[in-house]
Amino acid sequence: MAMAAAEIEKLIRTALPDAEVTIADLAGDGDHYSAVVTSPSFAGMTRVQQHKMVYDALEGRMGGELHALALQTSAPK
Amino acid sequence: MSDNPAFEQISGAIKSDDVVLFMKGTPVFPQCGFSSTVVQILSYLGVKFSSVNVLDDMDVREGIKQFSNWPTIPQLYVKGEFVGGCDIIREMFEEGELRDVFASKGIAMEEQAEA
Repeated sequence: MAMAAAEIEKLIRTALPDAEVTIADLAGDGDHYSAVVTSPSFAGMTRVQQHKMVYDALEGRMGGELHALALQTSAPK
Repeated sequence: MSDNPAFEQISGAIKSDDVVLFMKGTPVFPQCGFSSTVVQILSYLGVKFSSVNVLDDMDVREGIKQFSNWPTIPQLYVKGEFVGGCDIIREMFEEGELRDVFASKGIAMEEQAEA
């Protein structure tokens, strides 16, 4: 089940309003995306914690209707 | 949450070895590109690891996601601790942090066998 890039971005921005989000559709099939998320909220968190915040924002879609989202997170430098 | 019958099996697997990878397929025949990437990184570093093929057991496949509170596979455990999935492992490897994790936890890497 595919998901639109705009929807992914919206979900992340809703949960992390201060985040910069860049989504790319890797295969052009609406099913394999990459996301780069930069947010001050990530400061001091481990990568696992940062990714969990993004997964939480996607409300359970990750691993389900969203098959592949290569994720890169960081706090602004 | 703890009444999931797969959790006992999962925690047993995690304790069975210092480095345990939950993956789709086997190290010799990975059935998912993300799992394959982590296998390649571990192999490159010369780290011995056990693997659990989640495709063999639907309870483990779904159970591990709850167990780690992590929605995707692969998942890497080092000394009982969840380190990350494919993206994190790859990023840590590229930054040299993965090597540090193994070193700090006393996990042998073949590369450094002579040290």
